[in-house]
Amino acid sequence: MSEVKYSKEHEWIKLEGEIATIGITKHATEMLGDIVFTELPEKGSNVEKDGTAGVVESTKAASDVYTPVSGEVVDLNQSIVDDPSKINQDPENSAWFFKLKIKDKSEMDTLMNKDEYDIFAKESSA
Amino acid sequence: MDTKKTSLYQLHQHSKAKFVEFAGYQMPIQYAEGIVEEHRYTRNHSGIFDVSHMGQLFIYGQEDLVDDLERIFPLDLKNLKLNHSKYSFLMSDNAGIYDDLIITKIKDGFLIILNAACKENDYKILKELLNDKYKMILDEERSLIAIQGPKSVEILKSVIQGVENLNFMSGNWFTLDDHNIYVTRSGYTGEDGFEVSLTNEFAVRFTRRLIDKGAKLIGLGARDTLRLEAGLCLYGHELSKDKTPVEANLKWAISKERILKGNFIGSDIITKQLNHGVNKIRVGIKPEGRIIAREKTKIYSESNSEIGEITSGTFGPSVNGPVAMGYVENKFSKNDTKIFLEVRGKKHPATICGLPFYKKSYVKGVNK
Repeated sequence: MSEVKYSKEHEWIKLEGEIATIGITKHATEMLGDIVFTELPEKGSNVEKDGTAGVVESTKAASDVYTPVSGEVVDLNQSIVDDPSKINQDPENSAWFFKLKIKDKSEMDTLMNKDEYDIFAKESSA
Repeated sequence: MDTKKTSLYQLHQHSKAKFVEFAGYQMPIQYAEGIVEEHRYTRNHSGIFDVSHMGQLFIYGQEDLVDDLERIFPLDLKNLKLNHSKYSFLMSDNAGIYDDLIITKIKDGFLIILNAACKENDYKILKELLNDKYKMILDEERSLIAIQGPKSVEILKSVIQGVENLNFMSGNWFTLDDHNIYVTRSGYTGEDGFEVSLTNEFAVRFTRRLIDKGAKLIGLGARDTLRLEAGLCLYGHELSKDKTPVEANLKWAISKERILKGNFIGSDIITKQLNHGVNKIRVGIKPEGRIIAREKTKIYSESNSEIGEITSGTFGPSVNGPVAMGYVENKFSKNDTKIFLEVRGKKHPATICGLPFYKKSYVKGVNK
């Protein structure tokens, strides 16, 4: 069974075996507004938990994307680079950002579950 | 100091605006549909902009006032016809720009539309320069509503008959439900449109009528992408006290007659710059690909020397790509010059290009 967790930087992460799929939450897209530019990490690079692993830009401003866990980047979603508006349309499903082969499964335990994140998101936008 | 609210504040709230503080006012940055959709709606249909935070300065006087204002503004005000408008600047002695503005000849004097962040200071400077000789009212009792986009003329004329006869950069008084309304055919989006000055108490009712006719409220976010695509300067970004109108590539706004005669504030520097050129000048910049270069992005030449800085940069929804303006050394300012923009530590290729990025023609010949 796959497990979805959330970070305080508004990323979601879905773990299947040792492969994690990472994207930004619907709440994040609502705060950002229309996304018009995306930059992803390099395939094959190693990223560290809480380090930057990409950029999204709205018409208003640029924001870093962080990785909630450490690992090696094994796949990228080119379709959101070609058409960043897809992130606004389907952020928590088809508009994933990158996939990692994760280094340390225990890092998942530091993240929030859905209910915890919903409360966190509500409070952080209040 | 508390932030101020415009007369339309509650209407913005009802329309699900996200607010931002701008020049001391709570202003809508966007509504529910978002900046890109609001931008497109303005280009294709009709957008309503609350610009009531901007200053509406009425100065009353006759020929003396014209003479005195000509010592301040680089304009041929003696030949400015009743109800006609000009774009101009309030400058310091060394031609630095305190504000950019629209000045309109009205029956008893002039109406000057000022930027919100500058209006109080402009008022002080003008009062002093005019030696307190004239009645001056920075009118807080009036709102200013812009309606912009191709359907605006149809919509506005169904509310105020006769506005369709106005030419670009001209205006007139109209009466609606016993309210005196001053309408000019102008705006800051690159679209045909109007700016409507009316009393605060009437502002909501008037705006609701425009909405009923199909216009939509548009926030400051889309106002910024629209004006940038149209190649128009924004005070505090392209324009400041450290820039002159010649450096800002706005010499078209300076009257040729007045340059010959000089005798306006800043005229020495302006004349010198027109004759000998400037070190840096404002240009349009088109980044390659999708990379967005924001304000303060450094600009490099092909040989990797730093030659300038971006002043505004965003994604242009109608251009469907990134657009920017900035200042570069004069010798790199020719169209099609290859440059590099440093974004997040990497240099990205871009090209100097002509402005605007997006062009439509303004209405000029309706009332011959």
